[in-house]
Amino acid sequence: MHELSLSSAIVNTVVKHAAGRRVSVVSLRVGHLRQVVPDSLEFYFEFVARGTVCEGARLEQELVPAVLRCDACTTGWEMDLPFFRCPECGGSEVTVTSGNEFEVESIEVEEVQCIGPR
Amino acid sequence: MHRTKVKVVEEALDANNTIAAANRADFDRAGVTVVNFMSAPGAGKTTLLERVVADLGDVRIGVLEGDVQGSMDADRLASLHVPVTQLNTDPGFGGECHLDANMVRSALGALPLEQIDLLVIENVGNLVCPAEFRVGEDARVMVSSVTEGEDKPLKYPLMFRTCDLVLVNKIDLLPHLDYDLDKFLYYLDQVHPDVPRMLVSARTGEGIDGWREWLRSAATTVRALA
Repeated sequence: MHELSLSSAIVNTVVKHAAGRRVSVVSLRVGHLRQVVPDSLEFYFEFVARGTVCEGARLEQELVPAVLRCDACTTGWEMDLPFFRCPECGGSEVTVTSGNEFEVESIEVEEVQCIGPR
Repeated sequence: MHRTKVKVVEEALDANNTIAAANRADFDRAGVTVVNFMSAPGAGKTTLLERVVADLGDVRIGVLEGDVQGSMDADRLASLHVPVTQLNTDPGFGGECHLDANMVRSALGALPLEQIDLLVIENVGNLVCPAEFRVGEDARVMVSSVTEGEDKPLKYPLMFRTCDLVLVNKIDLLPHLDYDLDKFLYYLDQVHPDVPRMLVSARTGEGIDGWREWLRSAATTVRALA
């Protein structure tokens, strides 16, 4: 359900960088820990984009796995269930190496070429 | 016409986080500790506040009440002579299901910051969206009531991971439920190792002293720093 709020955040970020140009593609990096449902995000994005330079743009989502590392014993693992304790030593201090991303990576914009007088 | 790729690399929630930082700076200047209070609908946030607001000693509390509609919760708290400010997220499209930094910013002028030491922001009941949006708080407290089932930390890890205290409410109902408290505490410990937790019942008052003390000490810790 948070995909609606997240879609608004994406559109606001993109509009800022598009500087008035029409946007055809939005590339997003989405970490596993954000609990985003890709189809749902796409659905809301299309809706929220209406009436903005993002209208009709394609949303590309790169899913980033959750990778953790134990600060105590340096064991690294890819997480599926949200278990944040180190599976080796039981340590509670862990670093999330990846998986928290919710990032607009790039956008593709349409440039209108200036045709000057010859 | 041709297409150009523009590198962006920006967290989509950066805009919210920037406003949250501005709110936090304003709260710090006023010497007010801010607690973002979150839970699913009906977990007992308002009742847990009713239990303690009138009895915080020299700590002066104010409440910012976030709801999609209505002022029922605010009215309950105001009857206890606590300054309450209502923030409704309607009339947007359906009403937002959470408070964000900008909504809280819009309410700043209505808050009696000079007259309080502690501001509790009672967020909209929801375990999903409020976890994503910082509002300028110093600490996050969530309520998980035993009637919600013991699997909730696994279903809403974002919420359980970002809070600084978990209140497990309605424990007076445990004898009547199949709820497995040990299993809940195990899941909680996996999702957020070592997070402080308190077992409470807003109805019977069990564990409420600990909750009141936590609020009192949160208020004084930040005031000492201001």
